[in-house]
Amino acid sequence: MTEISIQDEYVTRVEGHGNIVVNVADGTVEDCEWQVVESPRFFESMFVGKDYEAVPHMTSRICGICSASHVNASLKAVEDAIGVSISRQDELLRKLSLNAEIIQSHVLHVGYLALPDLLDSKSVIPLANTHEAEVRTVIRLHRLGNEMLEAVAGRSVHSQRLVPGGFSKIPSEDELRELRESLAGAFEDLEALVDLLAELADRLPAFERETEFISLTHPDEYALYDGTLYSSDVGELSNADYESVVNEYVTEQSTAKFARHERESYFVGALARLNNSYEQLSPKAKAVAETFGLEPVCHNPFMNNVAQVVETAHLFETSIELIDELLEAGLEPQSDYNRPEIDPEDGRGIGLVEAPRGLLIHDYTFEDGTCRAANSVIPTNQNHGNIQADMEAMVPTILDRPEAEIEHTLEMLVRAYDPCISCSTHYLEVEFVDGEA
Amino acid sequence: MSTETMKPQVAFFDFTGCEGDQLQVINLEEQLLELVEIVDVASFREATSAHSDDYQIAFVEGSATTDHDAERLEAIREHADTVVALGSCATIGGINAVRNAQDFAQVRERVYGEDADLFDAWPEAKPASAVIEVDYEIPGCPIDKEEFLRVVTALVRGREPKLPTHPVCLECKLNENTCAFLRDDVCLGPVTRGGCDAVCVSEGTRCWGCRGLIDNPNEEAAFDVLEEHGLTPEEVIDMYDLYFGWQRANGGAIDAEESPEVQG
Repeated sequence: MTEISIQDEYVTRVEGHGNIVVNVADGTVEDCEWQVVESPRFFESMFVGKDYEAVPHMTSRICGICSASHVNASLKAVEDAIGVSISRQDELLRKLSLNAEIIQSHVLHVGYLALPDLLDSKSVIPLANTHEAEVRTVIRLHRLGNEMLEAVAGRSVHSQRLVPGGFSKIPSEDELRELRESLAGAFEDLEALVDLLAELADRLPAFERETEFISLTHPDEYALYDGTLYSSDVGELSNADYESVVNEYVTEQSTAKFARHERESYFVGALARLNNSYEQLSPKAKAVAETFGLEPVCHNPFMNNVAQVVETAHLFETSIELIDELLEAGLEPQSDYNRPEIDPEDGRGIGLVEAPRGLLIHDYTFEDGTCRAANSVIPTNQNHGNIQADMEAMVPTILDRPEAEIEHTLEMLVRAYDPCISCSTHYLEVEFVDGEA
Repeated sequence: MSTETMKPQVAFFDFTGCEGDQLQVINLEEQLLELVEIVDVASFREATSAHSDDYQIAFVEGSATTDHDAERLEAIREHADTVVALGSCATIGGINAVRNAQDFAQVRERVYGEDADLFDAWPEAKPASAVIEVDYEIPGCPIDKEEFLRVVTALVRGREPKLPTHPVCLECKLNENTCAFLRDDVCLGPVTRGGCDAVCVSEGTRCWGCRGLIDNPNEEAAFDVLEEHGLTPEEVIDMYDLYFGWQRANGGAIDAEESPEVQG
């Protein structure tokens, strides 16, 4: 009978530390666990006692890869709490910063972290010799995301310009025109990436498991920067009542919290957004989705990789629109050292955005300009439960395969979620435990 | 083994942190392809499944916060000829050290509630050098890509990488930035180690201190200037503690107990 023992410590090509543990004795699955083992970070405590300028600065440090998403959600929560509004120009620039980061993050995940699985390589580095043109395409797309972030937010990792009340410094109209040109010129590279993935897409496992998809929704646009909580099971939900939606809970297998809503687990991220807001994708994005036969509702978590490419096309097109709106209105000039004047009110504020990996929420209470309480709900936390449920459903269907292949398939499953474990603790290892008691 | 075993083997390891410094290495984009011409990557979990314990240069990112972190650091020290700490968390404790000044029972309770006992961590986040001997440091939150390349190139050529000893102020002057103190803001540039090209001030804000205190900071003068610009001693300490907390608590800077008018 089948005896399998997998102890995959520290799953690679993901952000943070996680283990996969599978233990099969006499053909029976005895253990099947997704363990999150990143050291705890304690951010929600560190915010307490810090002022409204320091909190978004600190929030950025939750995650290097999605720092601008954290800053955007954090600023929305801070501004909501202390009673500050921002201009339409600042909102458009913040949307552009979020778009830039999602492009950077999606290309990093699909091109650097997931693609090697489809080309039987351990990383992108050897691919530079065997598939040089493809690797250079991926690098150019990744660089574009970073250059956008630098132009808008001042830096690609831990941006500086996004501050409470607006921007400390804004790009020039010439820089925006240059960026527009780069975006318009990059569709060729994006098409090359789509063609490459389309050739390899049949290597993505055809696994499906029904689950609940949660994202933001917006009446006028594919919701990323703004919107209302939405569940594929029950429809619109209240942002103010987010705690009853995410229901975070603590489990011994993880230093990250898990989450559940209508079912035992739910899915956030590109696939959840695509399933919930497909009709609002841009024309080129829908064309990419059609190339892969991806349409709602898709229950195959491996298609999250494809959904990220679809979104990248959407982000290119909508970023061009954002720049056009900024240029048509003309940029309102401001000091290069703008520090918006703020007279902070006391209160609680909640900021929700779609980060690259899904729904991100920051919730702060401020008194006299100082943070008194904080709660942060991270996308990967919300996906941990769904990864666990997928593993439990998938392992029995692949027991006839060699152990190394099972391990590799489960690693691909975890990677498909693009987990950001530093954020969620806030990790990945596959650990196959010996089945003999 | 490959025929190119003359290239030094480098490895990257991450501890408690955001992995933004390793992302900066990936963000070298095309230059990363040039970098792998002069070094072999033995381990880089964030980017590759290939792993080998045969490496000469280890880069460690993040703070040490658990016994497991300490055990991994010690094993890395055994394997590597050269250990380089990468980023604020590994060099000076970084943002993680903000919680060092808080009551640890309360810290755990705030994050994990009644399940706080399930999670083990040290009451203090520490830089790598508090656990093992570290040979070189690349500070910054995140690290500067060019500085990283300079250090790697120096190490590959057998030269000593040098840490800048001037404060951020010098780089602000070179960039012709308007001094934060002249625009009613406050700034830690006078006491913070340069090498970042004063990026945060150039982007319209102020120096937050992420590269840590310079070797001989004139702290009393800096403290006075901050007070003259309207900060209370408590606010100065709070500003210092965003990144300097570990250095301050371990003899590297103003001690809260010695500072005038600050109650223990």
